[in-house]
Amino acid sequence: MNRYPLWKYIVIAISILLGLLYTLPNFFGESPAVQISPLRAGARTDAALLQHVEQVLNQQNLSYSETILESTGIKIRFTDTDTQIKAKDILSSEVGSDYVVALNLLSNSPQWMRRIGALPMYLGLDLRGGVHFMLQVDMAGALTKSLDRFSVDLRSTLREQRIPSAGISRERSKIVIRFRDGQAREKAITELGKAFEDLVFQSEDTGGEPRLAVSIKPEALVHMQNTAVQRNITTLRNRVNELGVAEPIIQQAGVDRVIVQLPGVQDTAKAKDILGRTATLEVRMVDEDGDIDAALRGSVPPGTELFTERGGGPLLVKKQILLTGDRITDAQPGFDQDHQPAVHVTLDNNGSRIFKQLTRNNIGKRMAILLVEKNLTEVVTAPVIREEIGGGRVQISGKMSSTEARDVALLLRAGALAAPMEIVEERTVGPSLGAENISKGFNSILYGFLAVATFIIIYYSAIGVISVVALAINLLFLIGLLSILQATLTLPGMAGMALTVGMAIDANVLINERIRDEIRHGAAPQAAIHAGYERAWDAIIDTNLTTMLAGLGLMIFGSGPIKGFAVVLCLGILTTLYSSVTVSRAMVNLLYGNRKLERVPIGTIKMPKKSNNKL
Amino acid sequence: MDFFRFERDIPFTRWGKLSMTFSLIISILAIYSLVTKGLNLAVDFTGGTVMEISYQQPADLNKTRKILADIGMPDAIVQNFGTSRDVLIRLPVRAEHVGGNLSEMVISALKADDPSVEMRRVEFVGPQVGDELLENGLLAMLFVSIGIVAYLAFRFEWKFGVSCIIANLHDVLIILGCFSFFQWEFDLTVLAAVLAILGYSVNESVVISDRIRENFRKLRKADVTKVVNNAITETMSRTVITHGSTQLVVISMFLFGGEALHNFALALTIGILFGIYSSIMIASPILILLGVKREDLVKIERKPQEEAVP
Repeated sequence: MNRYPLWKYIVIAISILLGLLYTLPNFFGESPAVQISPLRAGARTDAALLQHVEQVLNQQNLSYSETILESTGIKIRFTDTDTQIKAKDILSSEVGSDYVVALNLLSNSPQWMRRIGALPMYLGLDLRGGVHFMLQVDMAGALTKSLDRFSVDLRSTLREQRIPSAGISRERSKIVIRFRDGQAREKAITELGKAFEDLVFQSEDTGGEPRLAVSIKPEALVHMQNTAVQRNITTLRNRVNELGVAEPIIQQAGVDRVIVQLPGVQDTAKAKDILGRTATLEVRMVDEDGDIDAALRGSVPPGTELFTERGGGPLLVKKQILLTGDRITDAQPGFDQDHQPAVHVTLDNNGSRIFKQLTRNNIGKRMAILLVEKNLTEVVTAPVIREEIGGGRVQISGKMSSTEARDVALLLRAGALAAPMEIVEERTVGPSLGAENISKGFNSILYGFLAVATFIIIYYSAIGVISVVALAINLLFLIGLLSILQATLTLPGMAGMALTVGMAIDANVLINERIRDEIRHGAAPQAAIHAGYERAWDAIIDTNLTTMLAGLGLMIFGSGPIKGFAVVLCLGILTTLYSSVTVSRAMVNLLYGNRKLERVPIGTIKMPKKSNNKL
Repeated sequence: MDFFRFERDIPFTRWGKLSMTFSLIISILAIYSLVTKGLNLAVDFTGGTVMEISYQQPADLNKTRKILADIGMPDAIVQNFGTSRDVLIRLPVRAEHVGGNLSEMVISALKADDPSVEMRRVEFVGPQVGDELLENGLLAMLFVSIGIVAYLAFRFEWKFGVSCIIANLHDVLIILGCFSFFQWEFDLTVLAAVLAILGYSVNESVVISDRIRENFRKLRKADVTKVVNNAITETMSRTVITHGSTQLVVISMFLFGGEALHNFALALTIGILFGIYSSIMIASPILILLGVKREDLVKIERKPQEEAVP
């Protein structure tokens, strides 16, 4: 009665082998490495680059132990951190700005393991050190920004259609256009309604003056907010690439939040600085009538600002911004007709229209293209407009090197944040604390396991040994599963593992107690084992499913550290159901199933007096 | 080895009045403490900044306090953390330092005084995030409670669900009461422990309920009280062994897990101890009080039962 068919043993044996295989990589440790990954779709990490990298390292006498070429990048393994850091510095200057060169840690597991996807668990920030930021997008700020942009567009459309207006201004969440007469307003409603599908126009008369209140349609507002978050994520991703972080995580959390996790980053000040950086483009007109000498002496004419052109002299630029970097859809480095490095910028529809109009109206005048980066404004170039430029393709060719062209293109593409952001949560863990947390978590599990194992073996003797082996296999499955899923292990996650050890034994205790019960009631050894497993099943499934409910609650409503705990708890319940019932039963069947048992080796049992009388 | 073997069923239900009175009193005390003292909520829920820094030599807390006061933070709470070299600094939310720049300011001021100081950990939580975390915690508790009642109602009967959840929420109340009374810090990990206990203590009630159902089938002549007492007595051994094992692991976490898991383990310990007590001494009397009957559980399964018995 206590026999399993052969296939069951085989399935169990295979599952244990798989568990072992996928758990093993976690114990090989890690060695320092440098990772080179492409920054843009155009850049590829191929054999040629690998050869170049190896050549550079050999020239510098930097010994590396292994190079790995993957579709996602090149990884070079070193034996010590000194060489790793030296190599990183040299390589980042050698491979150029198309690639991100970052410090990383590589698992020391053998190559065949990596090939079958047996990788160690990903360590959370609290175990490896690093920063976690949660940023909140300021939606009100995004609205203001886009209303300002609409104001510019409305003004130019009105001008194009020759509709006279007495002024456009933004009042909180709407734009107000004032007119001199109602007729102009009627015309404006028709024309603007055609041109701006996302806007709602509403006539109102305040103080006898015909006005038009313009607001953004609710559905367009939702779309705008989503785009703002998406654009901010793109911007953040581009900026994080500049930091050279090996495995950054940047993802949306909820409607208006973004989570940025930078493992291994210790310089939080720099990280915050780069995340908060704004780089955008402005197009303004050069004031050629202004008195530059006077401006240089300190009296800048009103309405203008004094700048120095890159590689050129000082010039006065009008304060009015004609076009901003928000209109840029793409920016790529390249060369102009004279084979000088240039940046090719593509504008969106509205931007193209504005740029066309602006170049048409200002032929023969100088236009200034400014790069605004964190309150630092620089005139990249100030060319003379020779002809009307349509099609939204603008070429910026100042006096720049090809590297600068690349940087400018990157910055413009990365762009400014679509909406201001604010850090609402920060968790930084130093590397020493991370290492300590690993050993603390590990010790908790180890000593917890040893204590439980000792207790259970003393109490249940041979069957207790089987329960403990099942518990160890349970832990093996849990770690294997977490590794296969490439889950992030955190300290709360390790607490979850320890707790799983403590709770999983419940299933075996239930079984063993049932077996003892059956023996007390006079069942034969084999029948007692059989009934013990069968009868305990109901209670085991009920207890585990209710704990699972709590785990799910934590997973759904929990955040960050709690989620890690919940995931381990839930997975632990699944492995418990399998290992403490099926695997332990298989061991019992294998050891005791095929022979005649005098008694079940489950420790001494106090028999009730009643049954003694019967005997 | 065999710890528990009782010749006669222990009359647990007879002590129901006594235990319910006792629980009522400590519940009222817990509520009183929660109302008057409140919980010592950690930065996770209140918002603010916590910094853990480490000096090469034993830290001079007064000097650290003075440096912080000099940069305009006289309300900073500075205390030792674990060892005499480790210092924990708590800073309340400040309107003028949005975006978490506060920690940078503090660390540079401390570094100016002693360059060897090492920053081990910074946690900054904005006030709006803190409120949300608290709200989500309560939602999770509600979700889990409803889920447990629904599951037990489905597997057994509604009376089991209700008596079990009253016992469990009583455990949660005691944990919260202890944290409030002793003013231990209540952070996210403690919340996780409370929810884990909510799921874990159910095990006890489930195992007992399972036995009650079985006894209703087996002991056909016995009255409800006998059935319940027998179920509790029969599962006593399992109760002690299981909870003892879990408690061993929790003690291991308490001893080796460091400060981060300290309060987590503490909450679990209280939860496990009161979990045993409440499943036996609270859930069962309430079950009888609610008038549980043999027909509640056995009627659907009578047919197969009759076939099984010759």
